[in-house]
Amino acid sequence: MRFLNPRWSVPAAMLLMMASPIARAAWELNMTEGVTAVSREIFGLHMLIFWICVVIGVVVFGVMFWSIFAHRRSQGAKASQFHESTTVEIIWTVVPFVILIAMAVPSTGALVRIYDTGDADIDIKVNGYQWKWQYEYLGEGVSFFSNLSTPKDEIYNRAEKNENYLLEVDEPLVIPVDKKVRFLVTANDVIHSWWVPELAVKRDAIPGFINEAWTKAEKVGTYRGQCAELCGKDHGFMPIVVEVKSQEDYDAWLLARKELAAKEAELKNKQWTMAELMERGEQVYTKNCAACHQANGQGVAGTFPSLKGTDMMLKDRAGHIDVIINGRPGTMMAAYGPQLSEVDIAAVVTYERNAWGNDTGDMVTPMDIVAIKQGQ
Amino acid sequence: MSAVVDHHAADDHHHHGPQSGFRRWLFTTNHKDIGTMYLWFSFIMFLYGGSMAMILRAELFQPGLQLIEPEFFNQMTTMHGLIMVFGAVMPAFVGLANWLIPMMVGAPDMALPRMNNWSFWLLPFAFSMLISTMFMEGGGPNFGWTFYAPLSTTYAPPSVTFFIFAVHLMGISSIMGSINIIATILNLRAPGMTLMKMPLFVWTWLITAYLLIAVMPVLAGAVTMMLMDIHFGTSFFNAAGGGDPVLFQHVFWFFGHPEVYIMILPGFGVVSQIIPTFSRKPLFGYTSMVYATASIAFLSFIVWAHHMFTVGMPLAAELFFMYATMLIAVPTGVKVFNWVTTMWRGSLSFETPMLFSIAFIVLFTIGGLSGLMLAIAPSDFQYHDTYFVVAHFHYVLIPGAIFAIMAGVYYWLPKWTGHMYNVPLSRLHFWLSFIGLNVAFFPMHFVGLAGMPRRIPDYALQFADFNMISTVGAFLFGVSQFILLVIVIQCIKGGRKVSAQVWDGAEGLEWTLPSPAPYHSFTTPPEVR
Amino acid sequence: MASQGTYYVPEQSKWPIIASIALFLTVYGAGNMMNDMTHGTESNGLLIFFAGACLTAYFFYGWFGQVIQESRSGLYSDQMDRSFRWGMGWFIFSEVMFFGAFFGALFYARVLSVPWLGGAGDGASTHALLWPAFEATWPVFQNPDNSTFPGPKEVIPAWGIPLLNTILLVTSSFTVTFAHHALKKNNRYQLKLWLAVTILLGAVFLYFQAHEYVVAYRDLGLTLESGIYGTTFFMLTGFHGAHVTIGTVMLFIMLLRILKGHFDADNHFAFEATSWYWHFVDVVWIGLFIFVYVI
Ligand code: HEA
Ligand code: HEA
Ligand code: CUA
Ligand SMILES: [Cu+2]
Repeated sequence: MRFLNPRWSVPAAMLLMMASPIARAAWELNMTEGVTAVSREIFGLHMLIFWICVVIGVVVFGVMFWSIFAHRRSQGAKASQFHESTTVEIIWTVVPFVILIAMAVPSTGALVRIYDTGDADIDIKVNGYQWKWQYEYLGEGVSFFSNLSTPKDEIYNRAEKNENYLLEVDEPLVIPVDKKVRFLVTANDVIHSWWVPELAVKRDAIPGFINEAWTKAEKVGTYRGQCAELCGKDHGFMPIVVEVKSQEDYDAWLLARKELAAKEAELKNKQWTMAELMERGEQVYTKNCAACHQANGQGVAGTFPSLKGTDMMLKDRAGHIDVIINGRPGTMMAAYGPQLSEVDIAAVVTYERNAWGNDTGDMVTPMDIVAIKQGQ
Repeated sequence: MSAVVDHHAADDHHHHGPQSGFRRWLFTTNHKDIGTMYLWFSFIMFLYGGSMAMILRAELFQPGLQLIEPEFFNQMTTMHGLIMVFGAVMPAFVGLANWLIPMMVGAPDMALPRMNNWSFWLLPFAFSMLISTMFMEGGGPNFGWTFYAPLSTTYAPPSVTFFIFAVHLMGISSIMGSINIIATILNLRAPGMTLMKMPLFVWTWLITAYLLIAVMPVLAGAVTMMLMDIHFGTSFFNAAGGGDPVLFQHVFWFFGHPEVYIMILPGFGVVSQIIPTFSRKPLFGYTSMVYATASIAFLSFIVWAHHMFTVGMPLAAELFFMYATMLIAVPTGVKVFNWVTTMWRGSLSFETPMLFSIAFIVLFTIGGLSGLMLAIAPSDFQYHDTYFVVAHFHYVLIPGAIFAIMAGVYYWLPKWTGHMYNVPLSRLHFWLSFIGLNVAFFPMHFVGLAGMPRRIPDYALQFADFNMISTVGAFLFGVSQFILLVIVIQCIKGGRKVSAQVWDGAEGLEWTLPSPAPYHSFTTPPEVR
Repeated sequence: MASQGTYYVPEQSKWPIIASIALFLTVYGAGNMMNDMTHGTESNGLLIFFAGACLTAYFFYGWFGQVIQESRSGLYSDQMDRSFRWGMGWFIFSEVMFFGAFFGALFYARVLSVPWLGGAGDGASTHALLWPAFEATWPVFQNPDNSTFPGPKEVIPAWGIPLLNTILLVTSSFTVTFAHHALKKNNRYQLKLWLAVTILLGAVFLYFQAHEYVVAYRDLGLTLESGIYGTTFFMLTGFHGAHVTIGTVMLFIMLLRILKGHFDADNHFAFEATSWYWHFVDVVWIGLFIFVYVI
């Protein structure tokens, strides 16, 4: 075991250490420069500090490895006994201090700019839920949820993973290019964190409080991010997709959105058949409920209650609807009244009361829900 | 350091040896027995928490969910963090303190031997309660070792109650341990052992003990508030009742940041003992080392919110905590420079403790520098809660805390057992650990910068390659730790007898005692000049 | 007999392990009780808790009994005495930090979170979008979500019972000092007298505190569930009350020991430690009185 010989062990160590900065340079895996002034500024800052640190490392380790190399006892080095010098102590206290000031100045500037959320063109409320995002265009009457759209089969390796694996959603956030967009970030249950690297925006979503952030994307395109604060089971599965569109495309999109909203509102007056409700209900269920209560309705023992054959499902129609609308305060069961349309609530209740062998035959119509909501 | 006049203090053996059987360990009041128990306990916890890390790494070997469900992954992450911090690193340093402080200051034992034993025996109970939560209905803690409310209150599994009480017990244990250490250092020093003659290990522990007494109660306060919110309807962390979830983070990190220095300062002490020995040259800048340690401890109280740059604090607070955090680089730098200068123009030899210490200096500095990058608030908006942070803290914790502990074990093991350990095997252990940990954790810098969040069981495809490398390195590092186990057992069983001095360059009272050190250290205090 | 040299190193002792088991049982039982309460489960938590509590009482009795016995049989040197002093001193400091956490919570709520919820500082949009109806006042009578957390109708005024309690506790700090001086002068009669008075004052304080709580719950709607004011109010006063209780018990034990003839003019650290603790409890109360009741 020659390499265990101390004479060889040390140069080996040096090699590995030196390898580190090189390794970093060699790989193209660095922080993104992004597509906003802020993101570029942050990237510049990051590289500046990084190179300063590399230099410091090289100097410190250089000196050290020199003495390791030159002052080895095996080379007959005799130890000198000096052990104090106020001058050098002062030097290596002051020099780092100066370096730090040099770092602090640009950092402060950047931070001040990041915090300037004033005079935005568009306000968007970003609301974190377990485990999806809700975007509300304030003053536009447009609001929707954005869920992970990667199929379970890809996650469980039953199907080939596509290149946007885990970074794809059903309804991306859409914003116009070159406009200052202000995000009002909050959460509905636990703390989440809204992060899109290319926009260099990361803001924690604190339930009950609103944090402000802003961006001004300079390039049309699709930018992907993820929730960045542990928020429970599916923290890894609530991505963020932002589509930056040209002003015209954005306006068109917004218009279409508004019309869609109007149609949705109309739906509740329509006459629904059991079949239609069951079909829509299944979609709503898989989107909103399956994460906890599971696709088979049996939940997870101890954590998420089962919906299969329970008293509430079979006997207590009113209670069932109430839990869906108002949730169970103090538990993970959220209030879906504010989240879902009357149609969706009616559909999902009908579905749950008739799926997985809960064959109650109950049919709940949107109008029932409207009535109940008004009743409250 | 100080020379010892009274040598026959060492070789008066008219004392009682240890009791035999299990009663020795249950009822002991002996600082060496208790130190040994602390060290074994911490090693077991290290293996346990490490195995959990292996589960994490195995799941992260490839994208997609292969082995475990997200719910369980979160529990593994949480337990891994908790066990390593409270179960592996802290008890290990307390174990070293128990073994060495009385020998280093020339005392017969710790100041309050019975309380000493109590401090230890609380731990097995605390941790069995913590670990038992994994088997409770609804699963164990799944909210990260930082247990942010409301995920850890309203949305937590019922077992959180036992997690909270386990933390209370650990807190009591640490506080009593620190009180004991302070009393021993301030009150049991041999005549002539002035404060400024104390070995640096003793100094760093004195300061660490103060940190512990100051912040452990705050952690207890934090979990108590959780308990109230969960069971008694209070609203500390609930905006609906006028509270604030962020309040929890402030209280936690007021404990949490000093905590990370609690995990490194004794390590600084160990390294400051070893480097001079194998450089055959007195430690450079002893006084400045003491002041640097003190300033780090002081600063650690006013930087906590650098863990919270993204929670939306007011700009002024953001700036204050950024500046304060950056400042810590200065005293830490002083230490690094002093170590390097101690080696400069010395006569160096590279026994295993020295190898670990050199790796400590280099890799800790790398971790420290990445810490400095994190301290830059604007950039932290991109780093926060990514694997860049995970890389940072494993660099300061494994080659930092863990390597320091291992260096200390190799350094004092001969003194404890009277035998030299298996040297070639120890070198193998060093090199495999060294390579393994760099392969495991260096790539995490890259995936982190590329945007991989932490605490996720599955990741996007562009992170695949580096995660695979990480996992390979992690298992290499993990498996190598068996070597340490073998070496220690071998060394206890037997091996080449060593002199009282053991290392030709070693200074300090502990080396005036015969090896293995007698059951009662300095039954009559030595004279220190 | 392992006490060579000057410093006394005790023999093996069974108390630490018993103490660990005791604490474990106590908290494990308590945990089970709380979970039953909150999650409607069934367990024998009460039993375990009770067992733990008894064992705790037993080990305190036994352990301290042994220490007292050792100290009276003159095994302890001045150095040992100093160890005890360092120990008690830093224990009290850790308690101070414990209270610090709760005071910190109070200040944070009053100075930051409540005003933010009311729209002050960076809280403008928080107020506008989430809690438009909420007004930041202290005490908080209307919580942001007042249906889940109905605020208190009234709170305890400072200048009634709280003021009285302040006077009681401050006085008791003096009386315990008188007792200490009496002990130093070996005036046993005065010692017993002043100590008894101190205990009495402590007991009365606790009585009024309890009365205050009854009023709060029965008449004022000021409860743990009544939002941030009730939360901080009961956390701080309750935690302090618990300490007063412990302190009173400690003083009572001192009285018993004195009646048994323990302590003399220059050897009475147990008594001194207790009085330190009592002063600490007193000082905390002053802080409480100012920040919880007055301002
Ligand atoms: C032993 C433990 C340890 C130590 C010693 C440190 C040391 C430091 N840490 Fe670290 N840190 C952790 C453990 C530790 N940390 C942990 C566990 C977390 C994650 C917690 C969690 O979220 O789970 C964390 C997270 C963490 C964050 C939050 C990141 C985030 O979540 O967004 C930050 C941000 O500022 C930070 C900064 C620092 C700094 C500035 C130091 C400094 O002390 C480093 C100082 C050292 C040097 C700088 C190198 C040597 C100096 C020189 C060679 C002199 C010259 C240098 C200059 C002039 C630059 N750490
Ligand atoms: C001192 C503290 C310490 C130490 C020593 C370690 C050691 C290790 N940590 Fe640690 N880690 C933390 C403290 C520590 N960690 C903290 C605080 C967190 C944050 C938690 C959170 O986010 O809440 C964390 C999080 C964390 C993560 C991120 C998890 C996530 O974000 O989801 C990962 C992922 O790779 C990881 C890996 C490892 C590995 C591979 C080791 C290895 O060094 C372990 C090596 C040791 C062994 C393997 C044991 C010995 C071997 C055996 C018992 C045999 C069995 C093993 C095999 C079969 C090989 N750790
Ligand atoms: Cu939402 Cu993590
Ligand atoms: Cu920190």
